[in-house]
Amino acid sequence: MTIDRKTVAHIATLARIRLSPAEADSLTRELDGILHWIEQLGEVATDGVEPMAGVGNMTLPRRPDVVTDGGYPEKILANAPERAAGFFAVPKVIE
Amino acid sequence: MTTLTDLTVASALDGLGHGDFSARELTEAHLGAMEAARGLNAFITETPEKARAMADASDVRRRKGKAGALDGIPVAIKDLFCTNGVLTTAGSHILDGFVPPYESSVTANLWRAGAVMLGKANMDEFAMGSSNLTSYYGAVVNPWKRKGENVALVPGGSSGGSAAAVSARLAMAATGTDTGGSIRQPASFCGIVGLKPTYGRCSRWGIVAFASSLDQAGPFARTVEDVAILLGAMAGHDPKDSTSADVPLPDFRAALAGGVRGMRIGIPKEYRIDGMPAEIERLWQQGRDWLKAAGAEIVDISLPHTKYALPTYYIIAPAEASSNLARYDGVRFGLRVEGKSLSDMYELTRQAGFGAEVKRRVLIGTYVLSAGYYDAYYLKAQKLRTLIARDFTQAFDKVDAILTPTSPNAAFATDAKMDDPVQMYLNDVFTVTANLAGLPGLSVPAGLSVEGLPLGLQVIGRAFDEATVLRVGRALEQAAEFKARPASLL
Repeated sequence: MTIDRKTVAHIATLARIRLSPAEADSLTRELDGILHWIEQLGEVATDGVEPMAGVGNMTLPRRPDVVTDGGYPEKILANAPERAAGFFAVPKVIE
Repeated sequence: MTTLTDLTVASALDGLGHGDFSARELTEAHLGAMEAARGLNAFITETPEKARAMADASDVRRRKGKAGALDGIPVAIKDLFCTNGVLTTAGSHILDGFVPPYESSVTANLWRAGAVMLGKANMDEFAMGSSNLTSYYGAVVNPWKRKGENVALVPGGSSGGSAAAVSARLAMAATGTDTGGSIRQPASFCGIVGLKPTYGRCSRWGIVAFASSLDQAGPFARTVEDVAILLGAMAGHDPKDSTSADVPLPDFRAALAGGVRGMRIGIPKEYRIDGMPAEIERLWQQGRDWLKAAGAEIVDISLPHTKYALPTYYIIAPAEASSNLARYDGVRFGLRVEGKSLSDMYELTRQAGFGAEVKRRVLIGTYVLSAGYYDAYYLKAQKLRTLIARDFTQAFDKVDAILTPTSPNAAFATDAKMDDPVQMYLNDVFTVTANLAGLPGLSVPAGLSVEGLPLGLQVIGRAFDEATVLRVGRALEQAAEFKARPASLL
């Protein structure tokens, strides 16, 4: 067993996804299967191989450090589930 | 006269140019076909009013002699592309009601060329799937049926609605995105042509992100020439996407004229996998024979790390997805489920908003990136990715393009038992390699299975050499003479 129910509960908390007990059970089984299948990568010797984060030229292009966008709060807030005084509103964080 | 919906993009452009019909007539024909084929569930949102307005504007431009490269051509847009003022869902409950106040660069390019939007095509949730079964908006039905059967089949995924719409003649062409095969596999399942361009060829700006180092937008159409025309309109450097490549844009359509005489075509022995159906093997052999007859030289090659591509992909793609999907938290857009606290709200929103496959991948991604597992999984996968990409670099010293099957199977039933997620992942075994290496890949319909379902062949090329890929695809298309039509049209 690569992964148990406790580990699944932990990573679900890290990912901010609530799981029902039934979801946690099936995900434990599925994730365990997937991770076992993935472990075949261990067969390949990769010492000294450079990791590849992406393809192509990895040097990011530069541009002048000036504001090129913005100034439309109404558009930004248009899809907000809840807003107050020109801000996104969320449940109270500090009591 | 052929019905308007049966025309290719190239012939429709000729017809519009000669004044045989108007953009409005062409659009109305497709809107009618969409209405008649709602049972396929190919669209999440239809935009008939917008389509008519765009078509009328196109007719005005054409009268003034100002028609663009795709003027008046009605297309479907995968619901992963943000469209200004039009609901964009990514096939997910969590984007409920999201209306972007901006336009993706690729769709903006299409509208600039004069294309007409018919609607937003159904897709697997967040482009995660190979069947379109993970869409919150329900499965898409493949317009094709097995001979003598009436069983509903999947169109493939994740761009299943786009592929079904083009196959069923509801749209002349469509956009898709391909992270591990999401254009090529549905193109194969639906008997049409689909191209995943080189990473960086099309801007990712305004496309809902799945795995940013792998995602690439591309076209679906019914001929290789049409795909070449579409790519020319979609592609191009975009300063808003830092991974968009600032490279020259060739005339892809003109490049088709060259033929394959003297080209070297690689056949990778590792793509002959265990349990591959004999008919796929036969089709592949047929493809080799066709290209040889057209004057190409067939070369046996080796891509030794092929078998590790799929497990490598299932570390890298979920890792990037877990990071990209962190933004769906019920604060700025989409679904919100109220909770007692902020983190309660996050957790309940994401529980209700994400489907099972998305949860699986976000959790795998979170796991492989978490403290203690990063080196063992994520770093290991990045090193494998280097080796997989190197296999291709070495192969392209010897050959100009590579020929493989697109998928190890034809379309399967929408209710096929798929309890093991890994079984589903195997659909992409021949396509993920091109994403990991960032290379262009094209699927061309090449024949029918014994059950009467379309099967595609895949051509993989060097980075930014779509011209060669399309040329090889054109040679396959000419030899295959694929004329079969989906059951929905019979």
